Amino acid sequence: MSTETALLESGLRESTLFRFATAGSVDDGKSTLVGRLLHDSKAILADQLDAVARTSADRGFGGDKGGIDLALLTDGLRAEREQGITIDVAYRYFATDRRSFILADCPGHVQYTKNTVTGASTADAVVVLIDARKGVLEQTRRHLSVLQLLRVAHVIVAVNKIDLVDFSEDVFRAIEADVQQVARDLGIGADGISDVLVVPVSALDGDNVVDRSDRTPWYTGPALLEVLETLPAADELESHLESFRFPVQLVIRPQGALAPDAVAGGLDTEAYRDYRAYAGQITEGSVKVGDQVTVLSPGHEPRNTTVTGIDFAGKELQEAAAPQSVAIRLAEEIDIARGDTIAAAGTVADSTADLYASLCWLSPKPLREGAKVLVKHGTRTVQALVRNVSGKLDLGTFNVEETSTLELNDIGHAQLRLAAPLPVENYLRHRRTGAFLVIDPLDGNTLAAGLVKDHPGDHEDERYVI
Amino acid sequence: MSTQTSNEELELSVLENDIAETPTAAQGVASGLSEPRVGLIGDQPRGEGAGAADGVSGRLSSLDTLESEAIHIIREVVAEFERPALLFSGGKDSVVMLHLATKAFWPGKVPFPVLHVDTGHNFPEVIDFRDRTVERLGLKLVVGSVQEFIDRGELAERADGTRNPLQTVPLLDAIQRNKFDAVFGGGRRDEDKARAKERILSLRDEFGQWDPRNQRPELWNLYNGRHTVGQHVRAFPISNWTELDIWRYIERENIELPSLYYAHEREVFARDGMWRAVGEVSQPLPHEDVITKTVRYRTVGDMSCTGAVESDAYTVADVVVEVAASTLTERGATRADDRISEAAMEDRKKDGYF
Repeated sequence: MSTETALLESGLRESTLFRFATAGSVDDGKSTLVGRLLHDSKAILADQLDAVARTSADRGFGGDKGGIDLALLTDGLRAEREQGITIDVAYRYFATDRRSFILADCPGHVQYTKNTVTGASTADAVVVLIDARKGVLEQTRRHLSVLQLLRVAHVIVAVNKIDLVDFSEDVFRAIEADVQQVARDLGIGADGISDVLVVPVSALDGDNVVDRSDRTPWYTGPALLEVLETLPAADELESHLESFRFPVQLVIRPQGALAPDAVAGGLDTEAYRDYRAYAGQITEGSVKVGDQVTVLSPGHEPRNTTVTGIDFAGKELQEAAAPQSVAIRLAEEIDIARGDTIAAAGTVADSTADLYASLCWLSPKPLREGAKVLVKHGTRTVQALVRNVSGKLDLGTFNVEETSTLELNDIGHAQLRLAAPLPVENYLRHRRTGAFLVIDPLDGNTLAAGLVKDHPGDHEDERYVI
Repeated sequence: MSTQTSNEELELSVLENDIAETPTAAQGVASGLSEPRVGLIGDQPRGEGAGAADGVSGRLSSLDTLESEAIHIIREVVAEFERPALLFSGGKDSVVMLHLATKAFWPGKVPFPVLHVDTGHNFPEVIDFRDRTVERLGLKLVVGSVQEFIDRGELAERADGTRNPLQTVPLLDAIQRNKFDAVFGGGRRDEDKARAKERILSLRDEFGQWDPRNQRPELWNLYNGRHTVGQHVRAFPISNWTELDIWRYIERENIELPSLYYAHEREVFARDGMWRAVGEVSQPLPHEDVITKTVRYRTVGDMSCTGAVESDAYTVADVVVEVAASTLTERGATRADDRISEAAMEDRKKDGYF
């Protein structure tokens, strides 16, 4: 009965959203951990469990002991079930009475950088798995390195299979110390936003996954799910640090063609005849009616004006904040189009046509100097020329090697010349306005995730810093 | 190779949009003097702490966050594509999608047509609801008819009588004939294992096929909808919603649905472990007894493969409670076509199903 009550409560209470991703190496039990989280938080329904139980029995899972292969819960595609591997990022949903969770389950071995970058780009937290018998591997260092680069707010290292090392505190403490050393080497936590937590778990048996285990009495911290339930989301941590940024998606100017249902509901057609508002999603910060803002458009000097209204589907708001989608009205009739950015006055640097960035290369097609690509930033897409590639990160040693090309899963540094200036900002301080996509103009595929860096300063070796 | 260019300078002028006409009747009602209501988005009329569930920093509630994300996606697609359309079946997910679209473009009209693939086996009350909705919002409706394809001999009735998988051909035909380059679907990742791997913007080749092993990575909130001639994109703005989110949103926003989503009495018979309605295309076999039960539908699809569940949820609030406590997935409980095999949805999607 308590199960049902908990479910009811979780469903009916207003909760907030928390996005997290998982990353792990081969065979460290990530699918089992995800299955365990879903199962123990009652997100798996009876028919799903039946199907998994049938398949487990068909395959003789667990030998004579039997049991359910929880990993089967997360394998979505036929090829994945047939080969027993996870190919692509899969999204899972579950809720507790505190939060609704979106889990991006990222495969560890096939194109791990691509999948980890993808999952981490929207995550408030990432759970990295380590096999307690193996400790910190090169791949762990790679994962942590990628997470540091993407500035994920919370890194949670789950030391899995703690049952297979007899719940040994010594083993756990040694791994914990290694993890903290890697984090220090990488500078995770140095920005005051990100942090690393280490939790001993057994995904197979459920120790410290949803509930604290009495088999690890030396561990007094929270279980994994408790951690996920209580960590502040990235936008909570960042909101007070960031200024208002609003890339314009489109202009809403219905002229005569007002929505018939709105008109039927009593909309004043005269008052809305000349309605004009700029629709978009606030990417950073917040805005109030009466705020001074600067409009950044290519080919124009920055223009200053005042916010006269913030609309959302028939409601006039006095204030709105990231990540709300709204429509903003401005005092002056100025020419604003999709791709322009509205920002808090006095907080933006000039747009630039010279882009310095870290690129996470996600395509099998390598990057060469001189390549022509497209850059998508906010709501603008511009042509770009890759002027040079000046180093790639060895994710195992954190050293930067010289290179003039980037290949699949490489992370490197490049300089791009843009056909039109963009209002980019340093990714370290602006997770949204510092991010962009590199797109292949020929087939439209996404080639890379781009993270904006400052222009090289007076440091001689700047170009070798990723 | 010509690549679809993004519409950088796009200005959404609904007046210039020829895909919808305002019904003159609606204009006649324009008597209102009411001013827009004032409040914060999160300021919903739903009891304790709605919209500021974390208390400390006034974070958006999960529903507000999902709504904002969906509206952002809908606006991106409208801005970057030439001819989008929205798949509208009258089912709850497509009704929520259309509601989100009206909010995205308020006070303008929804700037794209809706597309319905009519299996010919639809519940009459759903077709009636579809037509009323289209008229209320002044939308253009495009219908692709499975029956017409069967009549012309271009599709064959299946032995099991279900017409759900037959929707793919008329769907692709309608997309091609109307030159739709983006099609909004109400697919959710929590519905099915294959859908859990779906992107928010998902590329389809010239044959409408989905290639799940070769999908574009989707990063931050930057959606890449570029495609070449012949390809189109399926857009899933409510990818991250669960069935319970949908119902809580329907309750919060007071969204009307076809009546069969709520408990009612109906003549049914048991087949494949679910209750099937007695109707023209869904007749009991001699050994299947017909009884009258109080049921409702959790999904609304083709009458030939959609089952009802026993329920006494007469109102939306009842349904929210029922869904929160359910121990079965909605497709597992009500869709015969998804019971065919472990990968039934994946196989259909690869062929161009939505």
